[in-house]
Amino acid sequence: MITFEYARASDVPEALRLVAGDRAKFIAGGTNLVDLMKVDVERPTKLVDITRLPLSGVDRLQGGGVLVGALVRNSDLANHPLVQERYPVLASAIMAGASGQLRNMASTGGNVLQRTRCPYFYDTATPCNKRVPGTGCSAIDGFNRNNGILGTSASCIATHPSDMCVALAMLGAIVHVSSLSGDRQIPMADFHRLPGDTPNRDTNLESGEIITAVELPAVGYAANYTYLKIRDRMSYAFALVSVAAGLIVEGGVIKDARLALGGVAHKPWRNPAAEVALRGQPANTATFSGAADLLLRDAKGYGHNTFKIDLARRCISRALTQAARGTPQSQSNKKIL
Amino acid sequence: MSDKPGEQSYQSIAHTTRRELAGAFVAAPMAMTLQISLASAQSTPAAAPSLPSPVGVTINGRLYALSLDPRTTLIDLLRERLDLTGTKKGCDQGQCGACTVLMNGRRVNSCLVLAVMCEGAQITTIEGLGKGAQLHPLQQAFIDRDAFQCGYCTPGQICSAAGMISEGRARTADEIREAMSGNICRCGAYPNIVAAIQDVMGQS
Repeated sequence: MITFEYARASDVPEALRLVAGDRAKFIAGGTNLVDLMKVDVERPTKLVDITRLPLSGVDRLQGGGVLVGALVRNSDLANHPLVQERYPVLASAIMAGASGQLRNMASTGGNVLQRTRCPYFYDTATPCNKRVPGTGCSAIDGFNRNNGILGTSASCIATHPSDMCVALAMLGAIVHVSSLSGDRQIPMADFHRLPGDTPNRDTNLESGEIITAVELPAVGYAANYTYLKIRDRMSYAFALVSVAAGLIVEGGVIKDARLALGGVAHKPWRNPAAEVALRGQPANTATFSGAADLLLRDAKGYGHNTFKIDLARRCISRALTQAARGTPQSQSNKKIL
Repeated sequence: MSDKPGEQSYQSIAHTTRRELAGAFVAAPMAMTLQISLASAQSTPAAAPSLPSPVGVTINGRLYALSLDPRTTLIDLLRERLDLTGTKKGCDQGQCGACTVLMNGRRVNSCLVLAVMCEGAQITTIEGLGKGAQLHPLQQAFIDRDAFQCGYCTPGQICSAAGMISEGRARTADEIREAMSGNICRCGAYPNIVAAIQDVMGQS
């Protein structure tokens, strides 16, 4: 870890003033940043502690949505009565990720901004375009079991590791952002980027901007939803493939559908065409398989991770079945029904 | 045999007896000090040294006024500065749970907490869980149930279980296993760990 200056901010304007400068970073939960600083992947020369900012509310909005402050801890968000009642897919996704300790530390804004767990990104002895642009991608011909199958590029096949963000993408959440020049809102679908030839940029957040809140839209798909996560061990592991699904079903016919995939791409993966194709169709296996085929039409494996294409296809069908039946995946006993 | 210097030095240490190794450390206190400072502050010095930051933190009921390199993690503060070595360092990257302590009553991985961010916080470690010489019920239950083999993960398991019980959400064995999944036991004492926790939950 390199040396750095430490500063504590008490409100958003102060935090924004303190972070001005090339190599300054905000720190909240620190679960990802401190880890990356220890291995010299992140090398900030200044840390601005934002844990004292007044951004820990979970508030109802006019119009039916809910505004989640950027500093709400993952465990508090998952256990908040409003989230459990109205957005159980979000609660479920959060509980599927990390551990009790990490969820107690990690913030909402930090979860959105967490970086890939591609092993080559962490290993400073190997080339990685995300860590050092222009050096090459070690994963494409390397150990890529956990890497992406959708939206990858010749520069990078890393995945976004968050479970929470998969549910946020499915719900169509909106990220609220502030800077010294004003505020803006970024839809979740546009927040994270595909790697393209600039995989060093994970998101469209600009330097000098801070996430202040995440807005959950009014529709929470609370009756017919699931978060299905498949990983190499039963708990406390990143997703090989995960699916957040939400349906509105009337008389066995799908009126509305939302689907987002985790563990397969540089961002939570949504394909509106697959969701449109589900509308008006009977909620049955043939319909679900068709949606899976559409979502995975352009999937590409890289050797160790090629199995993910079949795995994702089955997960999508299973998740839609769970959602349609109203039998969401349990995150404690892990039995997949 | 390899001619890589790193492997050779490993070989020479491996062929040293424990008595010789202990003697070497006693005879070379400078080397030992250097090793500790590297372990706590890690590698790659930058041009400017970190300015020490003042921190006031309560640990096991005692208030400490400290001046710390901002790079110091909570676990390194506990173990290297305050001699509270009950908290164990396993992976040092938040993947094993051996370093679990309670921060303001909530379980956290102390290896991922910067100590300067603990200003005003209440920390409870395994040393502060019981009341004086009286063991915490979880400590007693772990003994009664033989819920460990080597014992290295045990302080983290017990602090994590204390946090989990106060969270009040896990009820069944499945739920306890899931809620405790952030604490790895490489001896595989999981069945007895779950039993010990259930004993305490049954009492409370």
